[in-house]
Amino acid sequence: MKVLPVGEDALLVEVSSGDEAQALHAELLRRRAEGSLSAREIVPAARTVLLDGLDAPDRVAAELTAADLPAAPPPAGDVIEIPVRYDGPDLADVAAHWGVPEPEVARIHARTEFRVAFCGFAPGFGYLTGLPPRYDVPRRATPRTSVPAGSVALAGPYTGVYPRSSPGGWQLIGTTDAVLWDHARVPAALLSPGARVRFVPRAES
Amino acid sequence: MTDRALAVVRAGALTTVQDRGRPGHAHLGVPRSGALDRPAAELVNRLTGNQPGAAVLETTLDGCALRPRSDVTVAVAGAPCRVTVDSRPAAWGAPVRVPGGALLDVGPAVAGVRSYVGVSGGIAVEPVLGSRSTDLLSGLGPVPLTDGTVLPLGRPTGVHARVDVAPQPAPPAELVLRVTLGPREDWFTPEAVRTLVSRAYRVSPASNRIGLRMDGPALERGRPGELPSEGMVLGAVQVPPDGRPVVFLADHPTTGGYPVIAVVRPADLPAAAQAMPGTPVRFVAVRRR
Repeated sequence: MKVLPVGEDALLVEVSSGDEAQALHAELLRRRAEGSLSAREIVPAARTVLLDGLDAPDRVAAELTAADLPAAPPPAGDVIEIPVRYDGPDLADVAAHWGVPEPEVARIHARTEFRVAFCGFAPGFGYLTGLPPRYDVPRRATPRTSVPAGSVALAGPYTGVYPRSSPGGWQLIGTTDAVLWDHARVPAALLSPGARVRFVPRAES
Repeated sequence: MTDRALAVVRAGALTTVQDRGRPGHAHLGVPRSGALDRPAAELVNRLTGNQPGAAVLETTLDGCALRPRSDVTVAVAGAPCRVTVDSRPAAWGAPVRVPGGALLDVGPAVAGVRSYVGVSGGIAVEPVLGSRSTDLLSGLGPVPLTDGTVLPLGRPTGVHARVDVAPQPAPPAELVLRVTLGPREDWFTPEAVRTLVSRAYRVSPASNRIGLRMDGPALERGRPGELPSEGMVLGAVQVPPDGRPVVFLADHPTTGGYPVIAVVRPADLPAAAQAMPGTPVRFVAVRRR
């Protein structure tokens, strides 16, 4: 684990895997909840957790370096189910990358339990991990200027669902009616870091 | 609609509602947003008797024109500009009484970029995640003003300040940004780090509320490959593949995959918000306090 200072009052804690980052994130949330850590933002990402708005970054850095941190994230709560129609325009390309027949993409994806590793890109956009590394896919060579809201998509090791229409370079494999972000709802985000997720296939209508 | 409201007669190039933003939600991909020149926003609130976190208007380069439906106290600060009420000159940087139905015109910035218009009672649009700020990256908060928009006003909570003109820093002729190096300076050649803190840059016209973009020497990577996405802070100096640094401002993305070579001290960001395209920029390396 490496603790890098960021500006005057933030730390970037770097670990060696996504699992470790999720475990570290859960541990830091626990410390903040029990009152032993005061941070305005705790932002997990692929291999790091950012602590922003620290009162005493040097002290926190020393504590983190000295601490024994758990290597695996704790069990999360209930599984969030996202209904999906596997009807995306990039299914054939993804099947080719995976080396499987096209209908297998849906079967493999739907039997995987995902975890929200982190959020970013847009409010409510989660980077979900869970697929084995052999199913990593590249981004599209040319990004689409508009990806519809509710698109279920793959890039690298991640699955994501577009909360709203936006440009995007991910491989589209399906669509959902689930509302990923609604700022009038509490909580506004359907997916937050650490949550467990399953995609439940719906027949094409 | 009650008469506690403000009609937008001329929205200007880009006028948004801003307060202190919505920090605390970065883990959900929600940018902090909020007034770019926060001292100026707090000043117009103080001048009009508002709480420091009340919502104000932030203009961009060419001001705006507003017609309150009832008597209000307003104050304009930030980028200096001509202020008139029904075509009669009024004070900039001081409380101004605007009768209901009169036209408040906030002229183009004479220097700087963003003027702030505070109105007694504050702009009372519906908050989103605790803030009324327009976030241009994520689209949260009210859309930018358009001609004909009617904005609700809150109830005045205090008495306006009794000052003639409040002192304010002038918009910068040269923008000096103090930076601490890292967290990813080791992704660049030693020469690139030297270039950043010794060569002259200029504010690019492509700058916006998300980032202050730089024209100037490109910064060369010292290692190949991609940095996995990581959390980003306000003031981060991110270097995209073209090598031209971008200083992240309030609407910056919460995570990003380009390495951050340095971070600007927060105290220097209000001046960055007022730096016109073409303004010379110097990055000065300082020790972490």
